[in-house]
Amino acid sequence: MSSEKKNKMPLGGIINKGGTCEDYDTGGWRKFRPILDKEKCIDCLICWAMCPDSAIIVEDGKMVGFNLDHCKGCGICDVECPDKVKAIAMIDEKVAKKG
Amino acid sequence: MASSAKKLKDQVGLTGNSAVALAMKQINPDVCPAYPITPSTAVIETFSDYFANGEVDTEFITVESEHSAMSACVGASAAGARVMTATSSQGLALMWEVLYIASGMRFPIVMATVNRALSSPINIHCDHSDSMGARDSGWIQIYSETVQEAYDNMFQAIRIAEDKRVLTPAMVCMDGFITSHAIENLTLATDAEVKGFVGDYTPEHSLLDTDNPVTMGAMTMPDSYMNFKFEQSNAIAGAKEVVVEIGKEYGKLTGREYGLLDCYNLEDADVAIVVLSSAAGTTKAAVDELRKEGKKVGVLRPRLYRPFPHQEIAEALKGIGAVCVLDRADSMSGFGGPLFTDIRSALYGIENAPLVMGRIFGLGGRDFNVANAKEVFEETFKALEAGKIEKTTGYITI
Repeated sequence: MSSEKKNKMPLGGIINKGGTCEDYDTGGWRKFRPILDKEKCIDCLICWAMCPDSAIIVEDGKMVGFNLDHCKGCGICDVECPDKVKAIAMIDEKVAKKG
Repeated sequence: MASSAKKLKDQVGLTGNSAVALAMKQINPDVCPAYPITPSTAVIETFSDYFANGEVDTEFITVESEHSAMSACVGASAAGARVMTATSSQGLALMWEVLYIASGMRFPIVMATVNRALSSPINIHCDHSDSMGARDSGWIQIYSETVQEAYDNMFQAIRIAEDKRVLTPAMVCMDGFITSHAIENLTLATDAEVKGFVGDYTPEHSLLDTDNPVTMGAMTMPDSYMNFKFEQSNAIAGAKEVVVEIGKEYGKLTGREYGLLDCYNLEDADVAIVVLSSAAGTTKAAVDELRKEGKKVGVLRPRLYRPFPHQEIAEALKGIGAVCVLDRADSMSGFGGPLFTDIRSALYGIENAPLVMGRIFGLGGRDFNVANAKEVFEETFKALEAGKIEKTTGYITI
């Protein structure tokens, strides 16, 4: 019975505040990891605009890397990186993990 | 005679549909999304007149299907509105998916359900196939015997559904044509009485409350879905006490008190019929005739069917020799109707449990008259005398 009493859930499945997806790690879903070649990157920030998970890290207007806690490895950044630039490549997550 | 004449003087004659529409007008809900369907059409037709004449403050939304009607109910309820609608038969069937969303999101929507058969074959007349198909959808179900009760149940349903302990949608059922289209005399509540009784609705959360933003309808994973269902299950089970409480309060206001069950001559009964809605009235007439012949018969009419008041039913039927449960819907399980299996289950393992059999009646508007009820009593007596049920489930008037 004790297990029935704890963990009171919010009524009707509501999420009672905003921005909670930041606490939810979706990086574990990733099969392919984006890799940045900073020498090719022109900081156009198209990847930042297109990323569905806000996982492109930008500092002082420069693309500096990926938030791998939230990047699901969809590869949109790779596709959207301009053809003349191609600074992003997707590599196998298992290979990336081995380093 | 004098007192009954005075009683009638304060009454009006209305069809079930008109009475329910009038109740909706008196409740004056914030939003009413609706799509008309026989035999509940007149509820919406009459209510749309009230709307067109400026007699309600309701946002009346005409939609393209019942799926849309219930979806709009869910949307309006998410915005924090008090929401009502009405439907029947195929309309309720088309709402099926959204019924579960309304109950899971704990929106206290109130719907008048005018019971009608389901296709196929197509039929517009009364049976309970439609609402019985929704019996596991997490909606409270109250079945009304008369026009008066359908009218009274609408106000109580608002209070029950919106009670903070419950927060679960409710449907008020009445029999298509038999109750919805027949004019009966009834006593109305005044607008002020209704206003005082139903009060204002304050939603727990509202999507329009931008100072307190919430997300509704979010995905849940195996680590939480079951907990939500557990809480929903407890909430609807707890509605039973609230139904009794509100029924008493309504009784104080109007003199017409309602409980979970309507027991008619059950206390000393040797045999009894269990039946929902208008057919209980017919069965009571049979009871009166048989009682004159010295036969100890009675009727149990569950008013509340979901949540199922199993303990109270077991208590009411305990000690009776034999019981026949009449279902106006077939579960197509090869084992009778839904009311039969629920009642039989409620009686299992109790002391002095009656013999129980189930019979299907009245599908698609098939007549069920006093003579039919007497035949059922006769067959039930035979089971009692034999000490066993020959045929556990079956059809009558076929």
